[in-house]
Amino acid sequence: MAENREAEHVSTSESEQSDFIEPEIRRKDTEEPFINVDYEALEEYDSQPSGVIHELVRQCSHDDGKNLSSNDEISGGEEARSESEQASSDMEKVSLKPQELPEEELDETQTAEWRERKKHIFILSESGKPVYSRYGNEDKLVTIMGLLQALVSFVHDSNKDNIRCIVAGDHKFVFLVRDHLLLVGVCCSQDSPHQILHQLSYLYNQILSVLTHTTLNKIFKQRRNYDLRRLLSGAEKFLDNLLHMIDTDASFLLGAVRCLPLDSQIRDQIAQSVGQQAKVKDLVFALILANNQLVTLVRMKKYFLHPMDLHLIINLVNSSESFKAAESWIPICLPKFDSSGYLQAHISYLDEGCQTCLLLLSVDRESFFTLSECKNKILERLNKYNGLRAISDSIANSSYGIRQCGISDLRHFLYKSRSTAQFTSPEIEAPYLKPEEQERLFGLYLYLHHRIHMTDRPLKILYHVGQHETLLGWLTQGFELYAVFGPLVTKPVAIAAINKLLRWIKKEEEHLFILSSVTF
Amino acid sequence: MKSIEAKVVVLGSQAVGKTSVVIRYVGGMFSKAVSPTIGASFFTYKLTLNNYRMKLQVWDTAGQERFRSMAPMYYRKANAAMLVYDITSEDSFYDIKDWVSELKKNVDTPIVMCLVGNKNDLEESREVNVKDAQEYADSIGALFHETSALKNVGVEEAFLQVAQQLVKLYESSPNSGLYSIDLDQSSSSQNPDSSGGSFQLPPDKSSTANAAGSKCAC
Repeated sequence: MAENREAEHVSTSESEQSDFIEPEIRRKDTEEPFINVDYEALEEYDSQPSGVIHELVRQCSHDDGKNLSSNDEISGGEEARSESEQASSDMEKVSLKPQELPEEELDETQTAEWRERKKHIFILSESGKPVYSRYGNEDKLVTIMGLLQALVSFVHDSNKDNIRCIVAGDHKFVFLVRDHLLLVGVCCSQDSPHQILHQLSYLYNQILSVLTHTTLNKIFKQRRNYDLRRLLSGAEKFLDNLLHMIDTDASFLLGAVRCLPLDSQIRDQIAQSVGQQAKVKDLVFALILANNQLVTLVRMKKYFLHPMDLHLIINLVNSSESFKAAESWIPICLPKFDSSGYLQAHISYLDEGCQTCLLLLSVDRESFFTLSECKNKILERLNKYNGLRAISDSIANSSYGIRQCGISDLRHFLYKSRSTAQFTSPEIEAPYLKPEEQERLFGLYLYLHHRIHMTDRPLKILYHVGQHETLLGWLTQGFELYAVFGPLVTKPVAIAAINKLLRWIKKEEEHLFILSSVTF
Repeated sequence: MKSIEAKVVVLGSQAVGKTSVVIRYVGGMFSKAVSPTIGASFFTYKLTLNNYRMKLQVWDTAGQERFRSMAPMYYRKANAAMLVYDITSEDSFYDIKDWVSELKKNVDTPIVMCLVGNKNDLEESREVNVKDAQEYADSIGALFHETSALKNVGVEEAFLQVAQQLVKLYESSPNSGLYSIDLDQSSSSQNPDSSGGSFQLPPDKSSTANAAGSKCAC
């Protein structure tokens, strides 16, 4: 990006900050629907999966406690058995493949198209077996996978240390070592190493969401060189789609969820309908999604849905056509909730156009018909009180344009409410209509986010004058704001605009965010 | 008129066309863009047969390996199993044997099995011949049909014959695990899951497809 006229302003002192009027922060720690992601604590993610939550959920929903036998443990056993039986025959099949290919086809890395990709992602097992590559056939990338594995194990063996990042020219190689898997991002995009690391941990959690940590452990304990692609077959599209969303949707960058704009009364009505009609034993979460946005979330008391888990759910719904055909009953692991076992999800679309999706997540594997009944009751209520109509109207009317905020010079912004882990942003308008311009805009946000959150020098406020636009980032206890102005705006004007924007958001808050959380 | 509710599970390897067969039967259509099933999808189908009103609860399962361990959840208490293979894939035919032995081991109530060789419009790449499949079906006491979900060949017949066998099973052994529903008192239905009025027959008595689950052609 062009930084030829950078003027930076880092302000933390009282006097300078008086320009900014910090708005009142709504803090209701006990009632927040989500937990906020602590971006800095990211490196501790997943190292300690907790396997007890499923048990706890059962304990609080079974009063007599007699059905405490864990379904998940049983299922884990079955999986391991059938997998180990078939593992050996499969191993032989797959390991022979690369050798059968002629020399010149062995390496995908030779093609210009492959080399020019901006963000490569490789996932391999600890023993160096390919698991996933974003571009190209993994079988033709065994050499590069082997190389990556060698880099990791060399640093580990010689220094008892972990390799984290290599910068080579424009390219960053970022390594994430997790239980049994190595994830590597090779990027020449705007993303900072820390942001890439964050994205890699999303991918790792996506794999856990499909297989669970327990299964992953069992497989690799029995067979270190198991070809995981066998178990992930059909799940590659989740990884592909997740990567696409990460590159285009700010939710992942911010660790926040976008809510479908709705009148607060209607939203409450929808939440009440779901909460009342889905009062079922063992049901942990009930949520409605529309167009990748959250309409409502009802949860069991004491349990929270982490934004990362919610993003995986959104990704699942976004990348699967099969839910549109019929009610589905599927196992899904939410790694932040409990990486050791599956929840069962009842997934159905509520409208003919397949835009409004209801998900009911339970720990009871036998509750399909109960939940199907709940779905019918919820649908009945939503029709009765015009909830569905309100949702489809909101989808059809696109959320809001920057002009509605009434601030000249402001082109676009991202606002994250930190305590609720939700964010809002206007529709993307001119001059960012072309795909390459949108990519550039997203790059600006990546840069701004990176500078604000830099671990060695975190900033509270950043005012950045670039060639094509002026950027302003502001981090407070209550919110994160990233704003993009025209290039000619001055600092006082930008600050006045931001204050005006904050007042506007405050006014629209009930419409844009879910402020109260409903429990069963 | 008596009513029966039966659970039908559709099993088989990945990409043999389980979902296509089910959608052809229940929804009366074929889509080229069927995406791999995740977990299982649930369809209902109602028909009238020999003085019985039948409601088939069809579980269309995922064929991918990682869902294999979850299959018991879906075939438990099933009254019928459609074992689908692809006539152009010998492997998918051999996989049926695993399913049959698994069903025999784990299902203790009588179960109607139907071997279904799908994709028989692809005659030129056939790997499983009709004679072998018929012999195998006879050896395990299963019905046998070759179908084409694409060309709408044999799908209706396969499900109809399964339904007939279910009626026979119901008549011969009342303890077969089949639900019978008394329609006159549907509010006090024996099915614990369907509270008043949720079970309704189509207004005409012909076997029209009333796919409660199929909402969308995509």
